[in-house]
Amino acid sequence: MWDYVKVAVYGAIAACAAFAAYMARDMAYQVHMIIVLVVAGGMVLYTLRGLGRAKPAPETGYMDDVVRAGVIATAFWGVVGFAAGTFIASQLAFPGLNFEWAQGVLNFGRLRPLHTSAVIFAFGGNALIATSFYVVQRTSAARLWGGNAAWFVFWGYQLFIVLAATGYLLGVTQSKEYAEPEWYVDIWLTIIWVTYLAIFLGTIFKRKEPHIYVANWFYLSFIVTVAMLHLVNNLSLPVSIYGSKSVQLFSGVQDAMTQWWYGHNAVGFFLTAGFLGMMYYFVPKQAERPVYSYKLSIIHFWALIFMYIWAGPHHLHYTALPDWAGTLGMVFSIMLWMPSWGGMINGLMTLSGAWDKLRTDPIIRMMVVSVGFYGMSTFEGPMMSIRAVNSLSHYTDWTIGHVHSGALGWNGMITFGALYFLAPRLWNKERLYSTAMVSWHFWLATIGIVLYAASMWVSGIMEGLMWREVDAQGFLVNSFADTVDAKFPMYVVRALGGGLYVTGGLIMCYNLWKTATSAPAKSATPVAAPAE
Amino acid sequence: METYSAMREFADSWALLALTLFFLGVIAWVFRPGSTREYRDTADIPFRHDDEPAPRDQSDDEGAACHKEART
Repeated sequence: MWDYVKVAVYGAIAACAAFAAYMARDMAYQVHMIIVLVVAGGMVLYTLRGLGRAKPAPETGYMDDVVRAGVIATAFWGVVGFAAGTFIASQLAFPGLNFEWAQGVLNFGRLRPLHTSAVIFAFGGNALIATSFYVVQRTSAARLWGGNAAWFVFWGYQLFIVLAATGYLLGVTQSKEYAEPEWYVDIWLTIIWVTYLAIFLGTIFKRKEPHIYVANWFYLSFIVTVAMLHLVNNLSLPVSIYGSKSVQLFSGVQDAMTQWWYGHNAVGFFLTAGFLGMMYYFVPKQAERPVYSYKLSIIHFWALIFMYIWAGPHHLHYTALPDWAGTLGMVFSIMLWMPSWGGMINGLMTLSGAWDKLRTDPIIRMMVVSVGFYGMSTFEGPMMSIRAVNSLSHYTDWTIGHVHSGALGWNGMITFGALYFLAPRLWNKERLYSTAMVSWHFWLATIGIVLYAASMWVSGIMEGLMWREVDAQGFLVNSFADTVDAKFPMYVVRALGGGLYVTGGLIMCYNLWKTATSAPAKSATPVAAPAE
Repeated sequence: METYSAMREFADSWALLALTLFFLGVIAWVFRPGSTREYRDTADIPFRHDDEPAPRDQSDDEGAACHKEART
């Protein structure tokens, strides 16, 4: 019965999408509706083919197949996103790579949001969804709530990524950083996100452990806050339901403030709180020791939650935003030093008494470097939020360097560590295919980040100083083109760093693939003794 | 008073006070007597149920056992 309802719903969606594609007012919207039509049509066929078959009995163990899919998606989108980033870095160094034949599709302006969304939402988002599903089950001692809803979240999220990415290439954007997708994609993401929240909460509700482990607090705050940010920042009215263009509800400085309230908390809750959830599970597991101080982790959590949400205005120094708001953002950003470093210390000190693992275990090395970069970029960020420093750093490459030391160093490395941790366990293998390859990945990624961050510091500070240089008569010394010319060597180094990082990612994909297919299978263990 | 000013005044007086007190309360709560032993147990959660969920029927017993263990 339920299957017939599903066929009817998919069929109705396909019909609506076909009609919308016919009525479409712009090409991108038409392409998107055709994608929806194809997906919904495929789902009709898939459901029809399964109609006669008997349903397998519901499983009782952990639901790991969706986590496996998430690991594959994370690795895939990671390499896509890194490659896109390396390509646009090369475009900045060598403008000839903005090919004439691909103008309007593959030029820098179209590819840049593709890169940022691919690494943040496709790579980072899949990593967060997959690891949160893994962690919440293990720390609640309960199977994922909601059955196939987890699969809906996984595939729905991939569809969101495809719609967003194709939209960018075709020029659909609402011009809000990290929130570029237009209204119908936003609505789709809202549906997925609410389902995700329900699954996560449902699993926590039926947990068998009396306490909610701290990693779940971080994951939960990430899911709830991102839902709130997404809804408020995307308040807009479509010009037509048959077109991709929409008009924002807010305008002027209110719109800017809403955007950076969203933007900074996307960093704070997506790229920080969510990934801290990973840190609080995978670092103790890989080090085989409980977290250094559980008390500190609770204070870390609440301090982060209470402070991050106010830091957004530091993106709008020297704009129409009132000074008091900028000062508020700046003060809260500086206060964030404390919880950030508390969290870093907690992560690093988890290794106390097991530091020798750093020599033998490249996965631990990755996690430690990751937590180190967390500390470094959360030191750099508050410093850059100070108004006087911001007057030099804003709009320069320094900002880009800062973002990447956080994203490549902290988010990337902790995700790689988690993937290496998960692969043998999810595919039931004795060990990873090759530890030497993990070492290669580690060094390629680390050297890549160092090249990236160092070149962007030089480039950014030079650029900032050149922009403000005046001669004895008070005239500006440099034209904008002079700064672009001077940055060329740093841009080449940056692209080289990106190339190393992407190479490391490819080695990881090969290693994970071989782990799943040809590493020795785990031998059946005798009755497991409790770990306590 | 217009809505904006009213909300603004509420935000930087009572709301600020309530949030600050809540935050200080959390810190005090974390350091309550007996918390160290309880948190030692909580911090061990990731090492307990690696391979399969806790069995359904014994769930209440086990939860109680964890509590008891934490308090001893």
